[in-house]
Amino acid sequence: MSRAVSLERSPRIVEDRVLLGVVIFIASESVFFLAIVLAYVAYRDAGLATAKANLDVGRTAIFSIALFASSGTMAVAGRTRSRAWLAATMILGAIFLAGQGSEYARLLSEGIGPGSALFGTTFFTLTGLHGVHVLAGLVALAALFTAHLGRARAVGAVAWDAVSFYWHFVDAVWVVVFSVVYLGTLL
Amino acid sequence: MTAIPLWVRRPAAERVGWLRTVDHKEIGVLYIGMGVAFFALGGLEALLLRAQLATPEATLVDPETFNQAFTVHGVTMILLAVVPLLVGFANYMVPLMIGAPDVAFPRLNALSFWLSLVGGIVLYFSFLAGGAPDTGWFSYAPLSERAFAPGTGVDYYILGLAVNGAGTIIGAINLAVTILLMRCPGMAISRVPLFVWMTLVTSVLILGAYPALTAALVMLLVDRQLGGHFFDPAGGGQAVLWQHLFWFFGHPEVYIMVLPAMGMISEVIPVFSRKPIFGYGFVAGSSVAIAFLSFGVWAHHMFAVGLGDTENAIFGATSMLIAIPTGVKVFNWIATMVGGRLRMTTAMLFAVGFIAMFVIGGLSGVSLAVVPIDLAVTDSYYVVAHLHYVLFGGTMLGIFAGAYYWFPKMTGRLLSERLGRWHFWLTFAGFNLTFLPQHWLGAAGMPRRVFTYAASTGWGPLNFISTIGAAILAVAMVVFFVNLFRSLRSGEIAGDDPWDAFTLEWSTTSPPPPENFASIPAVTGRRPLWDRKHPEARDKR
Repeated sequence: MSRAVSLERSPRIVEDRVLLGVVIFIASESVFFLAIVLAYVAYRDAGLATAKANLDVGRTAIFSIALFASSGTMAVAGRTRSRAWLAATMILGAIFLAGQGSEYARLLSEGIGPGSALFGTTFFTLTGLHGVHVLAGLVALAALFTAHLGRARAVGAVAWDAVSFYWHFVDAVWVVVFSVVYLGTLL
Repeated sequence: MTAIPLWVRRPAAERVGWLRTVDHKEIGVLYIGMGVAFFALGGLEALLLRAQLATPEATLVDPETFNQAFTVHGVTMILLAVVPLLVGFANYMVPLMIGAPDVAFPRLNALSFWLSLVGGIVLYFSFLAGGAPDTGWFSYAPLSERAFAPGTGVDYYILGLAVNGAGTIIGAINLAVTILLMRCPGMAISRVPLFVWMTLVTSVLILGAYPALTAALVMLLVDRQLGGHFFDPAGGGQAVLWQHLFWFFGHPEVYIMVLPAMGMISEVIPVFSRKPIFGYGFVAGSSVAIAFLSFGVWAHHMFAVGLGDTENAIFGATSMLIAIPTGVKVFNWIATMVGGRLRMTTAMLFAVGFIAMFVIGGLSGVSLAVVPIDLAVTDSYYVVAHLHYVLFGGTMLGIFAGAYYWFPKMTGRLLSERLGRWHFWLTFAGFNLTFLPQHWLGAAGMPRRVFTYAASTGWGPLNFISTIGAAILAVAMVVFFVNLFRSLRSGEIAGDDPWDAFTLEWSTTSPPPPENFASIPAVTGRRPLWDRKHPEARDKR
């Protein structure tokens, strides 16, 4: 891959305030998601029949692949400081959210909502909180994209690293959520 | 002193006012101001509770008001008074103690403070919006579910605590990064003052514990506002899940409140004993042990739930284990004083008072870790007595020690020692008179959170004594406030180093300039200022 601009090297996490701060923030977010996932697991049996009957694992798998792929495009974008790859990451993230939105619409139209039964309560809370984090990630990506417009050198390596750490984290959480919620129905 | 130029140019915040400040010292003062204001509110609520309980079958307040008062008293003292006071001192002192010009993220620091304050205001707004939460500070489900708490009080509790918690989490990230990355040359992590160590450990506790509370609050909000069933037994949920999540936060929270106060007296005791701390490594290491253990003891708040004998035995055992690192610290403080040239200033009186009162609270805590004893006195005034010995006798006395110690650094003036002695002895007497009798009330079976009791129970006299004690405590606090305001205006000028102290905050002016130090200091030991004053008798490490 050709490199038009000479890239500033990323500082080490243990030396840079922002990166260390982001890593600590992600660690604390992990505790938050752990608590929500545990609540889902605690109530899994009560909602399993509803989950098996109503979740479309194959369809969600396709949208999940979009999110997983976005981690790859983000990695490339970070390495090359490429706006095109950054845009690809945002599009893949948006595709994932659209998929989640359409699934919500279908479930709600079938009468399954956060208040309907235990499955709905736990499903919408867990996936909804993850979705909010994807949305926050998209905002961060958009901010990076805008800051990057036309002045590639102006955005420091730290900003790229910070945003991509967060994006990879959001992706990793979905690996857990997809496994527990969707793949769990196949067991 | 090596002259190393400042690596950060701080904006001239001192000219733009308190609302816009990003200076760690001014934000520290804002935090402390918030803590003092809410401490006064929480204290007034406590006085209302004690007034109602002074005599049997009293009707000073109705049960609804009483329930709101004890709920808001608990939340206020824990999350809106003690934590902001501790975070405030940490904000002010940590950068000075490690030789840094500011915290790692000054603007984020301001955001933390304002989030914390807004959280508190949201909680208190509930009084104007149809009634405060009345479900206790730990707000057990299903009592806190919409079916049993139909008003908006619990919703304000959820929003207030979530916003306040976000501020606290951001603040913890900031302090942790500051301590890890902004120490001046020579300030190895094995040399930082113990208050800084305690702040670091506390930050880790906040980052591990507060998110669990936020998660629980979100679930409760889903239950109340979207008709969810997380904690609703009728819909298949389990009320006990709330207890698990809440106490997974709630027990580390106890150490979040007590470790920084232990750090404060670990600064005060050596300076006023004219000796280095005894066993620096043990004081720091035992805090790490406490932090580690504190995530494995939460179910000792739930012995009466019926989790099972095995579970109860395990959590009883881990709870008792915590007494070991805690006891280590007590011996460290005592050994520091042994053979020292003691100067019994007000700060030192409060620090020694901390040790005595905290040991009582710690011992009653060990007794509560014994499952059969807990089952006998659970939810009684014995528990109220225990937690106040830890959090008032411990934490608050520690905070007062820190206040008398650092007030001259923050304001340039000394607090009055004469009023300080009145403050200490009135506090000491009032505190013990209030809470010592509650051990007997609890053992006699008086439940907590009842708005009155029958005369035939015989609980009247001890309750009356307890209320007298509360009134004395109130007088003590008035003395403290008088001392604060008078000393601010006309206290004795302190100078840079009124206590002949050991650590870097005393090497700069009182109050310090915006950039803290004229040049970034370099240190070679644990007591950099001592080393500078006594180059012939430098510390070896």
